[in-house]
Amino acid sequence: MSGATPAVEARGAGKRYGHRWALADCTLAIPAGHVAGLVGPNGAGKTTLISLATGMLAPTTGTIEVLGGQPASDPGQLARVGYVAQDTPTYAGLSVADHLRLGAHLNPRWDAGLARDRIEQLGLDPKQKAGRLSGGQRAQLALTLALAKRPELLILDEPIASLDPVARREFLQALMRVTAEQELSVVMSSHLVADLERVADYLVVLVDSRVRITGEVDDLLATHHLLTGPRRRAASLPASQQVITESHTGRQSTFLVRSSEPVIDPAWTVEEVSLEDLMLAYMGHTAGSPQGQRLEVSQ
Amino acid sequence: MIWLTWRQFRPQAITAAGGMVVVAIVLAATRLGLASAYTAAGLSACHAHCAAAASIFLGRVGGFDKFLDFGTVLLLLVAPALMGLFWGAPLIAREVADGTHRIAWNQSVTRTRWTIVKLGLIGLAAIATAGLLSLLVTWWAAPIDAASLAGGSAQAAGGGNGVHVTFTGFAEARLDPVIFDARGVAPLGYAALAFALGVTAGVLLRRTLPAMAVTLVAFVAIQVVMPNFVRPHLLPPAHITTPVGTQHGQVSNNVGSGLISLQLAGSFSKPGAWVLSDTVITPSGAPAPNVVETPSGPVLTAMPKACLPTPGSGINGAECRNALQALHLRQSVTYQPASRFWPLQWIETGIYLLLAAALGCVCIWQVRRRRTP
Repeated sequence: MSGATPAVEARGAGKRYGHRWALADCTLAIPAGHVAGLVGPNGAGKTTLISLATGMLAPTTGTIEVLGGQPASDPGQLARVGYVAQDTPTYAGLSVADHLRLGAHLNPRWDAGLARDRIEQLGLDPKQKAGRLSGGQRAQLALTLALAKRPELLILDEPIASLDPVARREFLQALMRVTAEQELSVVMSSHLVADLERVADYLVVLVDSRVRITGEVDDLLATHHLLTGPRRRAASLPASQQVITESHTGRQSTFLVRSSEPVIDPAWTVEEVSLEDLMLAYMGHTAGSPQGQRLEVSQ
Repeated sequence: MIWLTWRQFRPQAITAAGGMVVVAIVLAATRLGLASAYTAAGLSACHAHCAAAASIFLGRVGGFDKFLDFGTVLLLLVAPALMGLFWGAPLIAREVADGTHRIAWNQSVTRTRWTIVKLGLIGLAAIATAGLLSLLVTWWAAPIDAASLAGGSAQAAGGGNGVHVTFTGFAEARLDPVIFDARGVAPLGYAALAFALGVTAGVLLRRTLPAMAVTLVAFVAIQVVMPNFVRPHLLPPAHITTPVGTQHGQVSNNVGSGLISLQLAGSFSKPGAWVLSDTVITPSGAPAPNVVETPSGPVLTAMPKACLPTPGSGINGAECRNALQALHLRQSVTYQPASRFWPLQWIETGIYLLLAAALGCVCIWQVRRRRTP
């Protein structure tokens, strides 16, 4: 692992299409050695951020570095990053074996054994044309292509969005296995929050083309609390408690707060927050309450 | 990269090779008969004043060979366009449309190299294909081209009166705009440009079908503009002024629908030349009045009295000729001589190759600009 060099580091990176910013002022540093989940509603800028990180797009403003280098700037840099694009494209006219040959011809660090073993484990027929594979099989083939490259960083853009639950689970299990085996950094985008919860240990939440929050999952869980107690206004909470969401009934108030200090006020019932609730809260949904409510984020 | 390029190109390569084999077989099978007819007409032994022998040979060329002569020209006109449409346009557009460029551009090969290899290899394949076709057709049509160059004409065998030497039903001189496109090295340039046009349209439009349409329109437009407006001026044309109605020419009356007119016979005779303009002028250099251009040459519509038929005795040929001579009409011809064939071929091929290379640079630059997620 590359130690101090972040897997992905963006400084004020933005991408504009005409008047619309697909990603605005994105500053983050995803440390290496994590499985980072990139989460956000559709159109939040996940694919744009990933396209910048893979060098498919150039930023309109700011800079983005991957493993300390310019994305896709030279063959060496390309060799260090594996990419499974959205909808896991494959060459429909080429067979599974052809795809492996493609990888072998185009990548100096190609691991032919790994590729062959994976195809065998998946039960794919090497002679089968990729166009005739199921969605799950195509995703697995695309993942194989990216993994056998022996990258240091694997970037996946909604790899499981179009898969059925079984294929989704298999894909994630395969991903988890290899990340454990290969000491791989992973950045994976998804709008399927529950799936990310199972695999991610680092989180980036994008909403409306902007980064809402980033951090290690453990830290995020340790610093977020769900407070329930007698009705009161958000302003009356101590300054150290940053209100993420609030909801009120006639007598009761529920707050999701971010606080590095433990909550000691005995008036509150303090609950742990699940990662899914946390993600949903930041994405603008309600955490732990059926009623819609205003999202307030200070700073 | 070479392997992938070849693997993706394989289906098209097989189709092209199959077509080429069919063409080669047909041409090889018929070439033998053409060559023996050429020898039988005495042309292979003829070194000077071979027009008569050439005409005999051309008169004997059979219907199927005539069809092939026409067909091969058509083939060489169409083949570069087809390569532009089916090899050029989808080359990058299809990758982008299918999303497979996201695989290709994330292997350990830079986008620039990917583009250069694809452009270079398939471009060379297109050039080689056109070259091979041109070579085949040039070889096959060599007897006909040689006979045409020797001044033969299928009609002249019967003793025609042509103002120009005409080869009805045949390829005219190799410099004729259409034949020129189907001989020598020019098809190489056409193939290169059509291919480059296709790739560029594909890169810019990012969809195969619109790219094909644009490629076709652009290539046809270029192929119309080039011979009509550019090629005549690639080398300064030659100019000649010759008398009308004397020398080789003969005067004949042309009775049609009650109108009596007179066919003029010029003395311009340069086998294989590409005539750019041909006008009848008066001594002052102005276009002659009452002269109308017809497919068989210029025709005088208001003629001297001596040339009007008199009841009973018809036209007095000698008097008419003298009267005609008194008009001092002259034929003014601008043309590219037959010897300009190869210089024009090389210049034009060079221009097309340069254009193709420029378009190739546009493609590489566009792909580098990475606008396509």
